[in-house]
Amino acid sequence: MTAPDLECRALTKRFAPDAPPAVDGVGFSVPSGSFFSILGPSGCGKTTIMRMVAGFLEPSGGDILIRGRSVLSVPPNKRPVNMVFQHLALFPMMNVAENIGYGLRRRGTSKPEIARKVGDVLERIGLPEIGTRRVDELSGGQKQRVAIARCMVLDPDVLLLDEPLGALDLKLREHMKVELKALQAAFGTTFVYITHDQSEALVMSDAVAVMNRGRFEQIGSAQDLYYRPQTPFVAGFVGDSNRWRGRVTRVDGESLELQTDGGLTLRAARNGRAIAAGDRAEVFVRPEAIHPARDAAALEGCANMLRGEVSTLLFNGAASRVRVRPEGAGADTEIEVALPQSGAFAGLARGDDVWIGWTDAQAGAFAAAAAE
Amino acid sequence: MTGTSARLGFVLLLAPAALWLTLLIVIPHIDLFLVSLRERIGVGQYTTSFANYGTFLDEPLYLMTFARTAIMSVLATALTLLIGFPVAYYIAKLARGRTRSVLFLLCLVPFWVSELVRTFGWMILLRETGLVSSLLQWAGLAAGPVELLYNDAAIMVGLVYTSMLFMVVPLITTLDSLDDAVIEAGYDLGGSAPSILREIVIPHAMPGIVSGCIVVFMLSLGNYLTPIMLGGKDSLWFTELIYSQFILRFNWELGAAFGFVLLLLSSVIVWGTLRLTGQTLRETMG
Repeated sequence: MTAPDLECRALTKRFAPDAPPAVDGVGFSVPSGSFFSILGPSGCGKTTIMRMVAGFLEPSGGDILIRGRSVLSVPPNKRPVNMVFQHLALFPMMNVAENIGYGLRRRGTSKPEIARKVGDVLERIGLPEIGTRRVDELSGGQKQRVAIARCMVLDPDVLLLDEPLGALDLKLREHMKVELKALQAAFGTTFVYITHDQSEALVMSDAVAVMNRGRFEQIGSAQDLYYRPQTPFVAGFVGDSNRWRGRVTRVDGESLELQTDGGLTLRAARNGRAIAAGDRAEVFVRPEAIHPARDAAALEGCANMLRGEVSTLLFNGAASRVRVRPEGAGADTEIEVALPQSGAFAGLARGDDVWIGWTDAQAGAFAAAAAE
Repeated sequence: MTGTSARLGFVLLLAPAALWLTLLIVIPHIDLFLVSLRERIGVGQYTTSFANYGTFLDEPLYLMTFARTAIMSVLATALTLLIGFPVAYYIAKLARGRTRSVLFLLCLVPFWVSELVRTFGWMILLRETGLVSSLLQWAGLAAGPVELLYNDAAIMVGLVYTSMLFMVVPLITTLDSLDDAVIEAGYDLGGSAPSILREIVIPHAMPGIVSGCIVVFMLSLGNYLTPIMLGGKDSLWFTELIYSQFILRFNWELGAAFGFVLLLLSSVIVWGTLRLTGQTLRETMG
């Protein structure tokens, strides 16, 4: 087993001695050739981690290892890590070939060798003819690829990407997601990608770390995070969820019963987490886990069954949803339900009576954090 | 209807600038140029000739003063750039928040008093009984009072001081527009500080450098007060020659010719600088 390409051990950064740490004892390792994402809301400390790995910030504690060697004492221009900046930071005073060749020139590579490597990498990113173009003549997607080529030509051990798709429009972003993943596979380089956009992280990554308030909440595959969240933050942040808070009235093995603050009685699974009767808890249910039905008989086997009225219809093609206001609950309680793609409920209209139901296994309960 | 009123609006908006340009700049210059072409052949009798320009070329004192003024101005511009660039870089890229405003204000404050008073300030510092001289004696570095005024070095100090702001402001503006991430990208890709300065920072700041240099050079070339007050007998400045022709000798024809020679010189040098640095006037002034 070789050393992972990038490993952080108890990495900590404090910007002021009395302030809470921006990054608080974060540890992770990224195996060679994989695509690792750090996902978190803005201000959670993910950029701080990236800048420490790149060498622009000095950690207050912990260690950063690249291929098993600590790089803490190595300045940024000597680290075998390159970074694709948020706004790409291409050099506007140089043309595309000069931009890509910059790092090679700094290494003292010979001119014909630089020309060959630059031509090679332009070929690989699918833009062989643009070497002499000026940077401001490129489209957003081309700039993106040039910024990546500028790093890849140096053959780094790890490529850091700091929300590089943030500036692109939606269509191009969708396209670049697929392309980035393909580029990563083609180069075989380890990518560490930070983003606040969960779909970018979920689509591209082999492993995702969800970060909040300077700490990693959970590291896992996209499926793990989506289907088996371990903390309420992950459950709420990754994907959409219906979320209820309430008091646990009964615990029965893995299953529990909860009286929500809105007045509903729900059954949920505690998935091995320590929750006792009388505790305050939060329950998360995905909209697609909730089945709509015309009558109660169709929902056999669902531990939770509610009758309600359609209050809003959210048509969005295959991702259409309805909001249902359950009977007997407060006016502000609305449950978002995904409509099945079979089209069985295409005729549903506002004000219609529906039954909705879901199994207790698909409702994850978490002990409510004391602070919230 | 809207067409004509829009046209009228355009003409009215343009009028002050057009009037200012024609009345205060174009007409006086044309008149002065005509004056410079007059040759006095008797009392109240003139012919048109280039005799005044001939006088300029024939008299070594005039030519030497002219060359000296040009060289000293170029030197003053270079010195201002050398001193101003790190200052501007610090203010634009390294200083943050309050420090930044305070530093910028410090550059600006000397310009709240008139140039005359500022120059007197330097005279107080540099004269025989001045601060610097006293300090040198106190420290035992000089046996007696030292006269630091009335030489070329004193002129240089005055010129650099006077024009510093005009170099620092355009430099701060261009350096400010350089994204910090671009500099970081330079380090990230293996660049060292000198190579980043040479390949990234200076090329980016070039419009600011050139426009700052042009302004400082013109200010130095046309400066009258500083060379007169800080310079000695041997430190003649070309503007002094123009002044003496107009005011002391009452030879407006020669004075006007000198004026145009100076205008020609500054135009040639500005044009040359732009060509040399590959900048266009539009980029620099835009």
